[in-house]
Amino acid sequence: MQVFYFLIETIIKCVVVFACLMLSVAYLTWLERKVLGHIQIRFGPNRCGPFGLLQPFSDGIKAFFKEDLIPGSADKPVFVLAPMIAIISAISMFAVIPFGNQFTLPGTDYVVKLRIADIDIGLLYVFGIASLGEFGIVLGGWASGNKYGLTGSLRAAAQMISYEVALGLSIVGVILLSQSLRLTEIVALQAGGFWHWNIIYQPAAFVFFIVCALAEINRTPFDMPEAESELACGFNIEYSSMKFALFFMAEYAHMITVASIAVTLFLGGWQAPLPFLEFIPGVFWFGAKVFILIFFFIWQRGTFPRLRYDQIMKFGWKVLFELTLINILITAFVMLLKG
Amino acid sequence: MLIDYLPILFYVAIAIFFACFAILASHLLGQRKPTRLKEAPYECGMNTYGSSFRRVPIKYYIIAMLFLLFDIEVVFLYPWAVIFKELKMFGFISMAIFLAILIIAYIYIWKKGALEWE
Amino acid sequence: MAETRLMTINMGPQHPATHGVLRLVLELDGEIIVKATPHIGHLHRGVEKLAEARTYHQIIPLTDRLDYTNAMGNNLAYVLAVEKLLGIEVPKRAQYLRVMMAELQRLAAHLIWLGTHALDIGAMTLLFYNFREREEILRIFEEVAGGRLTPTYLRIGGVAKDLPEGIEGKIRSFVNAFPDHMKEYETLLTKNVIWLKRTKGVGIISKEDAINWGVTGPTLRGSGVKWDVRKAFPYSSYDEFEFDIPTGSTGDVYDRYYVRLREMEWSNSIVRQALDRLPKGPIMADDPKVALPPKEMVLTDIASLIRHFKIVSEGITPPRGEVYASVEASKGELGFYIVSDGSNRPLRMRIRPPSFLNLSALPKMIEGGLIADVISAIGSIDIVLGEIDR
Repeated sequence: MQVFYFLIETIIKCVVVFACLMLSVAYLTWLERKVLGHIQIRFGPNRCGPFGLLQPFSDGIKAFFKEDLIPGSADKPVFVLAPMIAIISAISMFAVIPFGNQFTLPGTDYVVKLRIADIDIGLLYVFGIASLGEFGIVLGGWASGNKYGLTGSLRAAAQMISYEVALGLSIVGVILLSQSLRLTEIVALQAGGFWHWNIIYQPAAFVFFIVCALAEINRTPFDMPEAESELACGFNIEYSSMKFALFFMAEYAHMITVASIAVTLFLGGWQAPLPFLEFIPGVFWFGAKVFILIFFFIWQRGTFPRLRYDQIMKFGWKVLFELTLINILITAFVMLLKG
Repeated sequence: MLIDYLPILFYVAIAIFFACFAILASHLLGQRKPTRLKEAPYECGMNTYGSSFRRVPIKYYIIAMLFLLFDIEVVFLYPWAVIFKELKMFGFISMAIFLAILIIAYIYIWKKGALEWE
Repeated sequence: MAETRLMTINMGPQHPATHGVLRLVLELDGEIIVKATPHIGHLHRGVEKLAEARTYHQIIPLTDRLDYTNAMGNNLAYVLAVEKLLGIEVPKRAQYLRVMMAELQRLAAHLIWLGTHALDIGAMTLLFYNFREREEILRIFEEVAGGRLTPTYLRIGGVAKDLPEGIEGKIRSFVNAFPDHMKEYETLLTKNVIWLKRTKGVGIISKEDAINWGVTGPTLRGSGVKWDVRKAFPYSSYDEFEFDIPTGSTGDVYDRYYVRLREMEWSNSIVRQALDRLPKGPIMADDPKVALPPKEMVLTDIASLIRHFKIVSEGITPPRGEVYASVEASKGELGFYIVSDGSNRPLRMRIRPPSFLNLSALPKMIEGGLIADVISAIGSIDIVLGEIDR
């Protein structure tokens, strides 16, 4: 019976989380256009529904009905597979993130924990899947049979793997503190107010993580693989219809996931910032924190110019790599002193 | 233990289903009237010179090799970090030695110019 | 075909950052430019040939469409050439109005340049701020001339009409507000680390090279040459205005950016000076063979009606001869060379577009750089293909 309930719970949770994630992705595209619009003294989408709220659906429906072009010079199977890899990995990354506390079903003593899976190598899973996601972009650009696409995917490959090293190193400090790769434990250790959050102990690591994360999700100022003014859209230059939409959604889903990981590792996950605010459900706090990070991503897209490719590579290897290593050594050393 | 991974399996299955559904649905719903010009690779409106599947500059391979090297280092750091509190001084010194060796390699590739782009 | 190490790639004509329809054929080694060849002609309309079949007045609208961001400046260069041919003196008020409009147009042109240049480098917000100010300038043009992008305001011997009621206040409020807007732009870019990284030491052209390639305008001044047609050969009373020629030192993208920003400040100041000291008087030269009679005279007086009809249908007939006149347009020295055979149409008209010569120096700037540098260099020389292809 227990197994049966577990299965039911899992299926419901998976479907709900998937639906919520997709809805967030849809409204993230709306939010980005709206916020960018207001930064740039214009309105953003405001024709489909009130405040343009139906715009994402209009875009989605349009994407389904657009002509599905596969260029003659493309490597067809890889060309079709690439956007699928991108979206699958972007969605799957969310599976281990605890997005809220547990609650008891009313009328029963059945406890529902607000996360899909709680595995002991949660962080490794996240980074493993994130690396898979890079294949989507790299293969997509390469399989297009287009030189701009090829250049974009080469850039993507070099940039993403370079920053993955620094990204991996930047969170070692957090692992040192929490002695676990299990995300639920990392969150549990940050309970009891914002002064227990990891960002207080690891502020530098948080900054490194955000910088690397921006490079991983290809946002300005690191949007090299796309760089529309240089490569005319780079890796997705030949994509149209739903295949393009999948890349697009993958990018935004990736953004949400990366923000969620940053929240989980550094900003206390679903924990309330002050103890007396704990009566508000953790899901709300989680959403609010993710929103703030995402707003920051959008904001800096409206502000900064784009860096040059070689500068990004140099910054990743020569600056971030060293700084993250130093951060680890200092953290370990301080922990030794404190016993 | 392994049952912990079952939800992930479900979840990934949903993701895969969604991806397949999206590709298939747009394939069925969208019109398809391919012409030779439409199928040509986009190169700013001009005919493309030669093939796009070509040899890639060695630079990118070097970066890939560096990534392999240093990402393995990261993977070693994770278990070390998890049990660092139990290892105490021994853990710190052994990791310091490990990192020192890597740093020597890192300085070497820096001096060799593998991190330069011009 | 044997595969070479180099990858040849078309950048443009259909590319978001080649400012219209410029086509660059790049030979790449990885991302490094080994050779760059600009191909032009996608916007060729044959303006010089068209001019041979039109009377002198009918050519003015054609010049609007050369560098469509700088219509007033183009008008000015052309009418100066014809006036030189005719040997007529333009009244002071008309000269001041011309200066005022040309400088407002320079501001508008530089605003477009700044917005698109920043957009090319990835800072997309600035474009909208720039277009907000440009819109005000275009509204002023609309009230003054009736047209926005192609106002065709200048006439041979003067300007089309005097300033309408109340426009001076609008121009003054724009001029007063503009320095604050400049501060906004500079906050976003001038000291931004990423902007500096993308523009400093990129797309360098030395002083000697710039002179040898015939580069003019802010692109030349960015390399440290203090040369401005407004100072060197003052026309249209420019010698009565106070302004400086800003120059750069290294000739990189940043210097050209900086020079243009300072130039905008000076343009703003010139507009203010022209507004303060705007003389009273006629706006057309008093030459019955060139200037149209006033409208009420045409409607009441038969001699004026005949004169109006003759000028409109037959046009003006300058004496035989050749003439060259140039102005400092927003992109550089814009010159018109007109050969007259004594008829009412030019025998040959040749335009010296600044963008064409500036573009010819582009390969010099970008070879050895990266793809991203091509974009910043193209943005920094501020080309308009309408003028290059003519």
